[in-house]
Amino acid sequence: MPSLQQRIRWSKPVIFLACLLPLCLLVLRAVNNDLGANPVEALTHDTGDWALRFLLISLAVTPLRMLTGMSWLIRYRRMLGLFAFFYALVHFAIYLWIDQGFLWSEIIADILKRPYITLGFAAFLILVPLAVTSTKGMVRRLGKRWITLHRLVYASALLGILHFVWLVKADYREPGLYLLIFLLLMLFRIPPLRRRFQHA
Amino acid sequence: MLVKIRRASDIKQSEITSQSDYLKRRQFLKAGVSAFAGLGLMRAGIGEAAIQRGPGKLEKIANIRETAYRPPEAITEYEHITTYNNFYEFGTGKSDPHRNAGTLKPRPWTVVVDGECEAPGEIGIEDILSGFTQEERIYRFRCVEAWSMVIPWVGVPLADLLKRFKPTSGAKYVAFQTLNDPEQMPGQRLPVLDWPYREGLRIDEAMHPLTLMATGLYGEVLPNQNGAPLRLVVPWKYGFKSIKSIVRISFTKREPEATWNMQNPREYGFYSNVNPEVDHPRWSQKYHRIIGAGLFAGKEKTQLFNGYGEEVAGLYAGMDLRKHF
Repeated sequence: MPSLQQRIRWSKPVIFLACLLPLCLLVLRAVNNDLGANPVEALTHDTGDWALRFLLISLAVTPLRMLTGMSWLIRYRRMLGLFAFFYALVHFAIYLWIDQGFLWSEIIADILKRPYITLGFAAFLILVPLAVTSTKGMVRRLGKRWITLHRLVYASALLGILHFVWLVKADYREPGLYLLIFLLLMLFRIPPLRRRFQHA
Repeated sequence: MLVKIRRASDIKQSEITSQSDYLKRRQFLKAGVSAFAGLGLMRAGIGEAAIQRGPGKLEKIANIRETAYRPPEAITEYEHITTYNNFYEFGTGKSDPHRNAGTLKPRPWTVVVDGECEAPGEIGIEDILSGFTQEERIYRFRCVEAWSMVIPWVGVPLADLLKRFKPTSGAKYVAFQTLNDPEQMPGQRLPVLDWPYREGLRIDEAMHPLTLMATGLYGEVLPNQNGAPLRLVVPWKYGFKSIKSIVRISFTKREPEATWNMQNPREYGFYSNVNPEVDHPRWSQKYHRIIGAGLFAGKEKTQLFNGYGEEVAGLYAGMDLRKHF
């Protein structure tokens, strides 16, 4: 029987590859000319969706630990969070490159004038220092301040979801679902509730 | 006559003529036309042969008249026109209408015409198809979401249709209404919009020679997802003005209700003329993406009135287009 340590070590590459799967499928569709009538929109929406999904998945780790007592789940959290950043980065790069064609005047005007783009940009910016300080060395060096800094992920997720809400024309079901899941996961961060679940 | 309307999703990839083949065929036909003319032979039927034809899964419209309405831009592929649609009656995703519109029954179909007119009544789709000359009109189509297509519509000038019902001097506007039947249009079970979908035009806009009541696409009857069997096409306005699957036309004294305008009057005006100078509050209207141009094609500059300014600017002389957006 392999130890928990060993199982975590083996499972990490498997989860890593699973997290890359959405990107692989997207690239495959692009190569096969299978992105539909508006391929730019398909790429942008898909990578944006996955950035939000990975943010929510990484925010779900703590509540899951509380509910199940499987404290080893924390070992996957950094990777999940970094994948959220990775998909957000690809999403932003597609916007800059394929959507806007590096037309900086248009891009800057967009970020300043379009509230939904402003929010999405802010959500992405917040993730940058979190990704940079995700290494073991940085965690050690920052100590308690690391936890404070990384609470910014709540703001990033909320802004990212509002970015989605704000671009929708009439059907709020999908961004609404993300918002609902986010709020549900945030309940576990409220101190009295948090204590209750931790003692359970 | 009962016509079996098959879903466009039945099309096999191999049956779709590529855009380049269309262009080649057009070249070939043009060459053929000049050759015939040079020989002094009869040219009858040549114009008909030059009409854009789809994959042949839907009923062909006969005796289509070719017109001079053909912009220089490449025509969008049939597959793109029929798989990328905003038709919330069948779902809010772009590919939902293509997947879900099979429940719509476009035959038999009757349109009620009423309001400020001397001869109110009804007209069936068969009467519209057989009682009016069907024209091919290749128009640019600009969506409010900043994408565009070039679409070979078939249809009847709206003015010709409206004149049948003898509008009176009281008819200042024309109101249109889409079918309201959640059985046929499952998207209507959700209150995403205030159903039925409604749109309107000023009478002079409705009577303008560019305004088309479309019955077809690529030489065939309209696919369900494109607004079968009858839809409006107003090429100088954003696409949502071109209301689909129409069951009622009313001549009115006052400006009629328009669905997106009611949904969000700050974002969607009654006129909704294509205008690069008036941004949507949430995004720019200066550029648009051409559907089918490919991943790296970039965007094109949007033209005032979608490039139809020469024909329609007069309708809005003296109006502040920022105020009446």
